[in-house]
Amino acid sequence: MATATAAASHVGVPAFLRRRAVRKLALLALAAAVLVPLADARWASGTWPHALTVDLTEPLGRASDWIIDNRDSHPLFLYFFGYVSNAVVLAVRGVYLVLLAAGWAGVTAAAALVAWRVAGVRLAAGTAVAFLVCGLLGMWVPTMQTLALMVVAVLASVVLGALLGLAAGLSDRTHRALRPILDTMQVLPAFAYLLPVVLVFGIGVPAAVLATVVYAAPPMARLTALGLRDADGGVLEAVESLGATARQRLLTARLPLARKELLLGLNQTIMMALSMAVIASVIGAGGLGDRVYQALASVDVGAALAAGIPIVLLAVVLDRVTGAAGEGPGADGSRRAGWAYAAAAAVAVALAGRFTHRLDWPDAWTVHIAAPVNRVVDWMTDHLYSGVPYLGGTADWAGHFTTWVLDPLRDGLQWLPWWSVLLIVAALAWLIGTWRTALTAVLAMAAIGVLGVWKPSLDTLAQVLAAVAVTLVLGFATGVAAARSDRVERLLRPVLDVFQTMPQFVYLIPVVALFGVGRAPAVAAAVVYALPAVVRITTQGLRAVDPAALESARSLGATGGQQLRQVQLPLARPALLLAVNQGVVLVLAVVIIGGLVGGGALGYDVVFGLAQGDLATGLVAGAAIVCLGLMLDRVTQPTGRRAKKGA
Amino acid sequence: MTRHMTRRTRMTTMTAGLAVLLLATGCGAADMTKQASPFAGAQGAKTVTLSVQSWVGAQSNVAVAQYLLQHKLGYRVDTVQVDEVPAWDALSQGRVDALLEDWGHPEQEKRYVQDKKTIAPAGGLGVTGHIGWYVPTYFAEQHPDVTDWRNLNKYASQLRTAESGGKGQLLDGSPSYVTNDKALVNNLKLNYQVVFAGSEAAQITQMRQFAKEKKPFLTYWYAPQWLFKKVPMTEVKLPAYKEGCDADAKKVACAYPHTPLQKYLNADFAKSGGKAARFLKKFKWTTEDQNEVALMIADQKLTPEEAAKKWVDGHASTWKAWLS
Repeated sequence: MATATAAASHVGVPAFLRRRAVRKLALLALAAAVLVPLADARWASGTWPHALTVDLTEPLGRASDWIIDNRDSHPLFLYFFGYVSNAVVLAVRGVYLVLLAAGWAGVTAAAALVAWRVAGVRLAAGTAVAFLVCGLLGMWVPTMQTLALMVVAVLASVVLGALLGLAAGLSDRTHRALRPILDTMQVLPAFAYLLPVVLVFGIGVPAAVLATVVYAAPPMARLTALGLRDADGGVLEAVESLGATARQRLLTARLPLARKELLLGLNQTIMMALSMAVIASVIGAGGLGDRVYQALASVDVGAALAAGIPIVLLAVVLDRVTGAAGEGPGADGSRRAGWAYAAAAAVAVALAGRFTHRLDWPDAWTVHIAAPVNRVVDWMTDHLYSGVPYLGGTADWAGHFTTWVLDPLRDGLQWLPWWSVLLIVAALAWLIGTWRTALTAVLAMAAIGVLGVWKPSLDTLAQVLAAVAVTLVLGFATGVAAARSDRVERLLRPVLDVFQTMPQFVYLIPVVALFGVGRAPAVAAAVVYALPAVVRITTQGLRAVDPAALESARSLGATGGQQLRQVQLPLARPALLLAVNQGVVLVLAVVIIGGLVGGGALGYDVVFGLAQGDLATGLVAGAAIVCLGLMLDRVTQPTGRRAKKGA
Repeated sequence: MTRHMTRRTRMTTMTAGLAVLLLATGCGAADMTKQASPFAGAQGAKTVTLSVQSWVGAQSNVAVAQYLLQHKLGYRVDTVQVDEVPAWDALSQGRVDALLEDWGHPEQEKRYVQDKKTIAPAGGLGVTGHIGWYVPTYFAEQHPDVTDWRNLNKYASQLRTAESGGKGQLLDGSPSYVTNDKALVNNLKLNYQVVFAGSEAAQITQMRQFAKEKKPFLTYWYAPQWLFKKVPMTEVKLPAYKEGCDADAKKVACAYPHTPLQKYLNADFAKSGGKAARFLKKFKWTTEDQNEVALMIADQKLTPEEAAKKWVDGHASTWKAWLS
């Protein structure tokens, strides 16, 4: 009986939606019928009209010169940015010196003991192994540099995020004002931030840390606010009735109740900071990211992988440990003694290392994986690039993909009259969201035109659309397989972990070796990067489908395929929409980096701006990427997400 | 209640820590021109920070300088990968101490060397650089006339790729390189599309793939470069370079000049950098030397350190002069 009503209400929803959709489209068509002839008469159709663009080359060039000329003398730099920069350098240096002083044995022991206290013996062993592997790969010092950078960036992000989240959690007005800002910060591809921070702080660690904070603080803020707002009303009332002041209520009831969200926020912040640590190597962050980047310069995939593996290991360890902390019980008295023992043990190991003069990782204990990895990559590219019987080679596929998919898509988008692009964006965003989302999306798209980068932006958009299509086909198929078989899911999990955390730079050379220079390798790299998220969300969504609904379908004699098509997929619709949205955002982030392998368009302009210190080109392209990200997010944002994330 | 107390204590500690941090940074003005890397000079070692550019020639300079600084002069060396133009900026701020291979940036030279005096020239590297258009030698041998720009249009259809549309492809490299290629294609009325590989790594990978299949290609490339040993290439003659013919970026219609590559140091480091600064000023080697190291790094996949060691072991007379 229960399932029957569920099915009935489920059928009812789309019909109701459809009626509303028709109304929205009719309204939009009416507006278009009035506005389009006007626009067409005034500015003509085709590409974005020149009259509606603003050329920022001159003012941005002047701003850049002003900053460089005044950076050593102006009070703004001497008394503000200079301090920020110095504080970052000192903090990173402090952590780095502590890590070096602890030596490899001390750091490994401390990490393992923290993992033991937080998450148990298994993760402790895993953590120790992960750190030792970093050393074995000959990456101990770069790993410590990255770790120092991460500690400072994560602390700063957590403090900033928690403060913002606290403000939003306690005041409705702040919450409303902050939400669109956080929304926006989260959809921006990190690559677009780099140039402005570099201009002010110069190449190096301070710029890298600040760019990381901008990227990593939003999840902390969001989850803090969420935790505070969701606190159990009954508990709060009870505390209030005991006569606690507002401050006491916050510290004794609301914050402890939000513990789970706070720890999840920490987890998310760490993961985002780590992914940024690599991108920040483009602006001289040093550490592991820099090793990956330097290895790329000599086309050495093996060396890039040797530096990439420690990043993956750090990410997996930190993810599991903070994740376990979020699920575990709260701290209590008996656990404190355990912490004391752990601390004592770590100090003992560190001192032992110190007195035996074993601080630096011994050179003899390194394993060189570069040569064998390069042989594998060479073999792959030798045998797959062309001349595979019947199938052609990867180079041919890439060529066909470019000519048959990317070219028509790009030419088609660029051929569309500018106002029709705006109309399509408006229609899509409105159908899936509210008039507000539609307005944001249209304004973002229009801003791209105003900035004067309409054509390259549509080129980037074409690459994103093609990559998203491929990602969704592969992702949904894999997700369905994983949802139906536990074994497949178990096998997939480590693979997905690796793909999700491996720095994107590592795959750039293999994709060029397989697909040649151009847009095709950029698309391929984006698919690899976005696939895990899509697979995960799809699997979770399908598995969360009410088992009763499935059971009843089975009892009615539905085949596996029928169950999937008629019950599972429709019921998992919100999750699938979220998968689309995440796929789009992640694909955009990597298609941009594809500028490094011939993707051209906006990504190339950002790299060009960074490489040539050309603020006008780089910043305008960066802003266009931001607008594109915002538009794509709004157009694909399932209405459910707002309610769920709610923050 | 006890938990609440510990939280508060922790907050106090954190605030105190921040205060100490602020005090330590000094109360006066914070100087943006004195910003060493936080990783420099750890454990009381004397540190030199070298900037590395993305091409392997520049990596070779740094590898050898690094090896000698570490093993003969007792420095600890940090390297940071930065493109040339940002490297000038980083040099002026003291984030890096030296830039060992500059291909000519008159605008930056005027700003930082002459006006602000935050960067000091450190003499020539001993290597002369040249940018040009190249075709693989196997293609030039089949079609000798391809090596003159006037005949390039004849070959456009053979050089077409999926990325170049209906035109021939002129493969360009990293966005950090000096290039007039778009203007050249336009002004010389060539039926070519400039395709930017976006990074040298991507460009080299693509060229090697073409070479493996003996496919024709036309590329922006530069000497000295180790890849010539692996993929022999022949330069395509462009209209001769004359002083000032590349003054207007839009009207360029001539070849690229030959540039003696230069070294630059942070001005403070040049003055007070002691032995390291003296050594870097004297560092000067030949194109053959650089190529030897570059080939070991990029083709034989030795680590830069191993390659530097090999070269150092075999060329004592060259580097002994730099240490005196």
